[in-house]
Formats: sequence, structure tokens, C-alpha cells
Amino acid sequence: MDFNLTEERQMLQDTLRRYLSDKYTTAARNKILDSDEGMSADIWAGLAELGVIGALFSEAEGGFGGAGFDITTVFEELGRAGVVEPMLETAVLGGRLLSALGDDSQTALIEEVIGGSLHLAFAHGEPTSRYDLNRVATTAKTDGGDIVLTGRKAVVANAEAAGYLIVSARESGAVDDEAGISLFLVPAGTSGVTLRGYPLFAGGRAAEVTLDEVRLPASARLGAAGEAFAAIADAVAAANVALSAEALGAMVTATELTRGYLMTRQQFGRPIGTFQALQHRFSDLLIELEQARSAVINAAGHLADPLAERDRQIAAARNLIGRAGRLVAEEAIQMHGGIAMTQEYELAHIAKRIVMTDHRFGDTDYHLERFIALSAAA
Amino acid sequence: MDLSYSPEEQAFREEVRAFLRDELPKDLSDKVRSGAELGKADIEQWHAILNNRGWLAANWPKEFGGAEWNAVQRHIFEEEAAQANAPRIVPFGLSMLAPVLMKFGNQAQKDYYLPRILNGDDWWCQGYSEPGAGSDLASLKTRAVREGDHYIVNGQKTWTTLGQHANKIFCLVRTNPDVKQQEGISFLLIDMDTPGIEVRPIILLDGTPEVNEVFFDNVRVPAENLVGEENKGWTYAKYLLTHERTNIAGVGFSRAGLDALKRIAKVEMSGGRPLIEDPHFAARVAKVEIDLMAMSTTNLRIISQAAAGQAPGVESSMLKVKGTIIRQEINDLTRRAVGPYALPFPSEVLAGNNDPIGPDYAGPTAAEYFNNRKLSIFGGSNEIQRGIIAKVKMGG
Repeated sequence: MDFNLTEERQMLQDTLRRYLSDKYTTAARNKILDSDEGMSADIWAGLAELGVIGALFSEAEGGFGGAGFDITTVFEELGRAGVVEPMLETAVLGGRLLSALGDDSQTALIEEVIGGSLHLAFAHGEPTSRYDLNRVATTAKTDGGDIVLTGRKAVVANAEAAGYLIVSARESGAVDDEAGISLFLVPAGTSGVTLRGYPLFAGGRAAEVTLDEVRLPASARLGAAGEAFAAIADAVAAANVALSAEALGAMVTATELTRGYLMTRQQFGRPIGTFQALQHRFSDLLIELEQARSAVINAAGHLADPLAERDRQIAAARNLIGRAGRLVAEEAIQMHGGIAMTQEYELAHIAKRIVMTDHRFGDTDYHLERFIALSAAA
Repeated sequence: MDLSYSPEEQAFREEVRAFLRDELPKDLSDKVRSGAELGKADIEQWHAILNNRGWLAANWPKEFGGAEWNAVQRHIFEEEAAQANAPRIVPFGLSMLAPVLMKFGNQAQKDYYLPRILNGDDWWCQGYSEPGAGSDLASLKTRAVREGDHYIVNGQKTWTTLGQHANKIFCLVRTNPDVKQQEGISFLLIDMDTPGIEVRPIILLDGTPEVNEVFFDNVRVPAENLVGEENKGWTYAKYLLTHERTNIAGVGFSRAGLDALKRIAKVEMSGGRPLIEDPHFAARVAKVEIDLMAMSTTNLRIISQAAAGQAPGVESSMLKVKGTIIRQEINDLTRRAVGPYALPFPSEVLAGNNDPIGPDYAGPTAAEYFNNRKLSIFGGSNEIQRGIIAKVKMGG
């Protein structure tokens, strides 16, 4: 047993933490949140230059990491600083899907991703699919040598900035069959693709994507026809590890801000942190934070396991972090009082990041039921 | 023991329902239902409709133009109004300042201000909290110094709800810094357009400009704007706070929120079935409904006591704590119910400028969840309420 980071990951953590505490101040981030793009090209270039994107890919893919603990090292730091840039979309989801299914010319795009010049978006969820990965109503029909996509994709994060949308569509089977789903690389601006973009509540942007008889060459398909589900599940497993670590990092910041406030805010002639009622509640947050850290370690450490165990561990982590995250976000706001309700205060953004994590790739309840089902099947 | 409403109360409920059906403008109820922001004109319109019927000042005596409803009638109205998605009545003039003026104001103040509150001539806001005086309100520092027939006011108020719409503010100010905190506070009425007043909006975490900071720089306030006696303001403030706590449980809001949640959970699909058939989600909805049913009765028990002339004491603190927990749990479940469509921040949609993103009920759910974190913070935080309960019940 060794719970220390390797030397390389420790360096990555130190470098990234220093970079973000320098560059990603509350004021800088508020400017990013107000911008039309919803992200900063400078920060993205900076993260690429530091090797943060490369750390999310294996050596074989052209990076120098790619394992569960590389993901958690990066995303905990992004979470601590409340970073809104689309690392999850471009590197974790997009990168992994390209790597798993792409042919040589498609995987060649990973180099551009690592270098910071290419963004990706995973257009999978649909207006009524909620968190079900297997539910795909968008269709892909072959027409001569071409493929024609028709359907709607919901809340596609980073769609507007993406050079390619990675679109899931059904080539065969019933609407909720795992078999029959394919992925397609759809270049930005392809005729028939309409984006309705909007900001997200916790920062960043997404779009509703309409696919109206989008005609693609067969070479746009990633991997074999109808066989993309396993790669989707793998990429989403990695995304869930990333989201868990991001929430953990944000919970660390929320807790630190709360500690600072409890020790400095004076009411009734003394710091409010001297009231035992608040001390005990703050202690509970610290206990939950340690639980959350262990859950992240469990999930990251089992990311390469056989699927049943991997998914059980990940469902457990997302459920625990969903519960602990809600507690930390709500209690941090409550113990601060009114100041935490203001948009310009750091905690407001951090709390939103924590809570809104729970709306991506399954919420606390979804992962509880998934854990029950996976445990019963084991 | 009789849990049913009397025939008179039933008839009153029907009367309220008919009024809401006939008089509540659809564009207003649509805005409330969709979580859109209500503008000043929207609120003034609704106040005028109620005033026209004589129902705006539910708690005022008839001699001042009020409806003089008892506590049960007020409860019925609040329940029906929430159910019909009527705009909230802005309480600052009507149910906070007015009772203080009726009890402690002089005749000239009553004659001048009370009709103006009813007619909508004045929009009042509340100048209580300060940056350094939140839960510890009595430590407030905004200073008022008597100079001839004026007070000169310097200082800062904060969390001033809807202060951007107000032309008047009632303030707690320090008139004597040399005595026990509670004994040096006065209650002043101030015109917002007096030179030296500056209002700065505070944007809340859901993006709304709901509250403000109000700065006072050598603001000259006529001495006749003092309510009651100098240095007795804390007594009046405490009296006001007991009125702020009417409808503190928010039963009507919770009931309307729970009904909306159930409607959403019937149409949202999860794993190929309606979300409401998901046993885990259904269990959470059921638990909060069970809590709400009991709290509704707790609320009525306390209201009946109040109707019988007993002042609600520590019970209103209990209602506030439990009521906010229930409302916040309903907000949490509602944002969860809409799944990924809680993620968008549809500012354009909420401003009424655009079509919804995803289902129309999804737009405001995250914003409401975050905005309603305020419920357990303002009006005496839940920590303060628990302190009151313990103090009263344990004699500490």
C-alpha cells in the first residue's frame, strides 16, 4: 500500500496548483464567466504548455499519463480553482473516444488535442435520454456510400468551440439497445448541423444540437458500425472519475473558505467559529471530505479493473461524493450567511461547481441505483 | 379536535379561488410558474388588483383600509395564492412597516404613510442588516446625529431586498453609542431620493439583482421622520420581526412546489419509465410530502392559537427551521428531477426573451435551488432560531 503520489504526479500537482493560483484568480475567472466564449484561450494554451492535457493521455497515445490517478491529480486541481475550461469534454471524453475507436488519421487528432489547438465535444445525451448511456434515438442511415444523421442532442458541453462533434447515432436495434450505436466525427460547420448555444449555470457553455439529414462520408465513422457502446462506457467511466475528483477539489476549497470565514467573521463580539454549534458542523464537513477523498482514490484505483468491479467502484464514488458534495456546498453557504449568496464571492462559484457536477453522467440517486444493480449482479 | 375547516372558512376559500381565477392576470401567473423575473410594474399591478378588492392589506384593521382577516383566513389566502402562481405580496410596507406605524407612529405618520402604502404611492425597503451586523443585528453602526430639526445619517445598510425599486427606506440607526447596544437604536423613515444616498446592486449567485447595498453620506433626515421615541427603536424592530414571521413556514409555497415536482416527475423519464415510478426518487418525494403534511398541521395549530389571541412565540422559530428545510428539499428534488437540463443557465429565457431550452419547467430549477438557500439565512438564520428555541425551552 502506498497512498503517496508518484514523483511525476506530485510535480504535476505542484505546477498546476501554482499556475492556477497565479492565473485563475476570482477576478480572472469572473471575466471568463462573463465572456461570450465562456472560456479563456490563454488559460487553455497555458494548460497545454504545462502538459496538463498530455497528462491525461498514455505514452502510446502521445501523452505521459492517462491512468486513473493522473486524471484525479489534474481534476482535483481544476476543481480547487473552479476552472470552467472544457478539459472533461476535449481531453477525457473526446480524447478517449478517438483513442479507443479511431483509425490512424482520426487518432492523429490527439496530437492537436494535447497541443491545445483542437477542442472536442461529445454529443451523446438526448432530450429524453437523461443519464442512460444506451438510449440513442438519433439515427444513422447509409445512403449510397454516405451516412445520414438525423436527431437531436441535448446539453452538449463545449459544442460551439469544438473542431469536431463526436456524435452517437443508432444504426440498428431498439432505442435502448447497447448494440447498434456508432460514433461519428462531425466537423464543425457541417451542413445540417444547427447549434443553439447558451451558458451553463456553473460556467462554460453548451448547446442543443439539431442534426437534420447531416450527410457524412463513411470514413467519418469511429470504429466498426454499431459497436461503439463499450468505448462510450469506458470514456464515461473515466469522466466519472474526473468529475469525482473535480468535486473533491471544489469541496476542499469550500471547506477552506468556510474555515477562514468562521475564524474571522465577528458577531456577538467573537469569531463565529468559537460557537460550538458551528464547530461541530464544520468538523462534520472535514469528516465527509476525507470520505470523499477515499472514494476518489477507490474509483481511480479501479478504473482499469474488469468492468463489473470498475463500475461498482465508480458508482459508489459518485454516490458518496454527490451526498458529501451537497452537504459541503449547502453547509458552506449556510455557515457563511449572506456573503456566500453573492455572485462575486469565491464560494458561490465553487458551490455551483460542486452541485452541478451532480447533473452530469448520473446524479447521486442514479449512481445509488446503479451500485445496487451492479452489486446484485456480482 | 376537528381537522376540517368551518363552513365559513370553506366559503372564504371558494371566494379566494374565484377571485384568483377571475382577477389574476395570466401573464403574471405564467411568469411566476416559469420562474421568470417579476419587474416592478408586475408587482405594482398585482398589488393594485388586490387593493381594488380590499385584500392587499390582509392583516390591517378595517379602520386603516385593511381586510382584517384572522390568521386562518390569511393562511387560506396564502395557500390559494401560491397554488394559483400569484406573485408574492412585497411585505416591506404592508406587513413590516405598517404594523409598527399603527402601534408606535404618531397620528400624522399614520395619516400620511398608511394610505400611500395601500395605493402604491410608496415602495418601502428595509434598512436593517449591515456588513458587520447580520445575525448580531443589535451591533449596527449606522449613525444618526441630531442637528436642530434634522438627523444626519452616515453609514451603510446591506441585503436591502428590492431596494432598487424603493422610494422610501425604514432604517434602524444608532442614536446613542454610549449605552447598551439595544438601548441606543432608533427607527427612522428616510426618503431614498435624499442627497447622500447611494444604492448599489448586489448580484446574487443565481444572477439576479434582488438585493442591494445602501450607503448614507451625511444624509439629512427631518426629525419628524423618527418613529416613536428616540433610542426605543429596538423594541419596535422586535415588534416588526414578529410580523415578519407571519407565513414563515411557507406552507403554500411548499405545497405548490411539491405539486410542480410531482408533475415534472411524471413526465421525466428515467431508465425507460417515469421518474416518479423510480422507487428511490419516489421515496424521497414521499418523505418530504409526509413532512409537509405534518408541518401544515403544526402551522394550523399555531395559527389557531394566534387566532385565539395567543402570540406565537418560540413556535414561529420552529416553523421557520422546519419550513425552510422542507422548501429547500423540494428545490433540491426539483432540480434533480430535470436531470441534465438543470445545467443550462437560461438568462435570456428567464428574462422572457427566448424559447425554453429543454422542457419549459427545467429553466429555473437550478436558480431556485441556489436562490432559496437564502431562506435559512435571512429573517434570523436557522442557527439564530435554534438558539431562540433552546433559550426559551431550556431557560438558558
